[in-house]
Amino acid sequence: MISLSNITREFVVGGQSVFALHDVSLSIDSGEYVSIMGPSGSGKSTLLNIIGLLDRPNQGTYVLSGHNVTDLDADGLAVMRRRHIGFVFQFFHLIPRLTAEENVALPLMLAGVHGKERQEAVDKALAAVGLSDRRKHKPDELSGGQRQRAAIARAVVMAPSIILADEPTGNLDRKSGEDVIHVLEKMNAEGITLLVVTHDPEIGSRARRRLLLRDGAVAEDKRPDALRA
Amino acid sequence: MNIRDTTAYSLRAVVTHPLRAFLTVAAIAVGVAAVVLLTALGEGVRGYVTKEFSQFGTNIIAVNPGRLQTHGVPLGVFGTVRPLTIEDALALERLPAVESSVPVVQGNADVEYGRRTRRTTILGVNHAMLRAFTMDLANGEFLPDGDPFQPRPLVVLGATVAKELFPDRSPLGEAVRVGGNRFIVIGVMAFKGTILGFDMDDIVYIPTARALSLFNREGLMEIDIVFNATRSVESVVKQVTTLLEARHGAEDFTITTQQQMLSVLDSVMNALTATVAGLGGISLLVAAVGILTMMTIALAERQKEFGLLFALGIHRRQLLVLVVLESLFLAGSGGVIGILIGIGGAVLVSHLIEGFPVSLEWRYIAAAEMVALFIGAVAGVLPAIRASLLDPIETLRTE
Repeated sequence: MISLSNITREFVVGGQSVFALHDVSLSIDSGEYVSIMGPSGSGKSTLLNIIGLLDRPNQGTYVLSGHNVTDLDADGLAVMRRRHIGFVFQFFHLIPRLTAEENVALPLMLAGVHGKERQEAVDKALAAVGLSDRRKHKPDELSGGQRQRAAIARAVVMAPSIILADEPTGNLDRKSGEDVIHVLEKMNAEGITLLVVTHDPEIGSRARRRLLLRDGAVAEDKRPDALRA
Repeated sequence: MNIRDTTAYSLRAVVTHPLRAFLTVAAIAVGVAAVVLLTALGEGVRGYVTKEFSQFGTNIIAVNPGRLQTHGVPLGVFGTVRPLTIEDALALERLPAVESSVPVVQGNADVEYGRRTRRTTILGVNHAMLRAFTMDLANGEFLPDGDPFQPRPLVVLGATVAKELFPDRSPLGEAVRVGGNRFIVIGVMAFKGTILGFDMDDIVYIPTARALSLFNREGLMEIDIVFNATRSVESVVKQVTTLLEARHGAEDFTITTQQQMLSVLDSVMNALTATVAGLGGISLLVAAVGILTMMTIALAERQKEFGLLFALGIHRRQLLVLVVLESLFLAGSGGVIGILIGIGGAVLVSHLIEGFPVSLEWRYIAAAEMVALFIGAVAGVLPAIRASLLDPIETLRTE
């Protein structure tokens, strides 16, 4: 599903090179539930951005679902993102002027899906996150947890193979955070690969595979269930 | 992303900020309204002046004494100008292409009747004047076709002169003094109004030879020639030139055709219209700066939205279209509103100032809307390019 080989991401800050990721190789299979943890500046978000095709590595090779995406142009990356990846952000990033339903429909709209097909996909996504009764509400009429569930519905509406969640509970109270994680885990149980970047050890420990990044490199790659087995 | 979704998304973005949209639309509307109104006024004046000039028909040419040209050295005796005479006018009338000629002398003199005196314009003309300039009589008759050299002392009064000198009675048959000489009133002209500020009713018409004598002139000021409309103006000019050159021994006269006069007038009026359109254009330029500012501010506030759209898989060119469409909506609707205001203003002006010429030209209206849309496109493209080059990671990093 996801195969990163010798990925390096280097930034130049104040005339000096800073390695956000250095020679990272990683393989994630379809349907895995992976948490990515590590201190600030360890390269978590950079890794997620590269996997999400929002950023490009300076070196290395990235193969996604059998396609080498390392050298795709901007349009090619946009198509791959649209087909394969759903994003969930810490700050939800719902468009304020659109209703929950319209926000969820956005990826379908960009992909040119319309009419009955679009409506059915939106209905299904909203039902999956338990927000069918809030479909006409705008983001400022929803609670934080509901907003994040709307964002998850938007992430899954195109039936992606991967969900990338960057601190999905970071802006929520404990109860809402747990609800959101349950929804994401439900999606994973249905076969979607789930990658969660988090600072919260409790959230991180729920994943079946836990990556710990330090100084731009994978310091630990644990599979507790496998160890126990 | 289909056209319907693209349009709906852009329109939604526009109406979400009604005050901002209103101000942007207003800026464009004012510019377009200025163009429409100013060009309507300019075209109105142009049409009015052209109509006034051409109302006498286009098959008239005027011959004036003297030659409008530049010489390298003084011409001495060879450069003398022979005056135009009544004989010249009579000779011209005999040309096959010429229907009639009017020898003209103009001056100012007192016209007296009893104890009433009015200083007015005196036109020395002949019987052909009435038909040549398609003028109408209110009462009596015009100057008769008599001896051009020894005409009887007859006078035709303009409507104003008649009214002023004979407020409560008919002037026909009465004797008036023109420049101290006694004339019998045989006709009164119909009301004509003013032509380019010249009061056509404050005139009296006397025979040319009498006017020459009255103003102690040797020659005519002008000969107006009405030619057969089936003849080309060039052939008539050639005939007139040949004849007068033969009579004068040189081309010491100037011929002006109606087309030349209209052509000069047209170029003046074109300049006038271009000037007013330019003034309106400045308004549109100000509007362009306004819409560019508005779009730049609006898009800066929506960086996260664009970052999100990138994450969701929008292509950069799709984003460009979305943003430019927003700008086009604003500019296009501003243009339409401006056109309506401009038309309303033009109609209002024509109602408030009676007789003020106003002419709405669709080519200027269409051009104003096109310019508005162009401004919208340009004002949208620059911020849109900036938006499409945003780094989605940066824009999505914070709340």
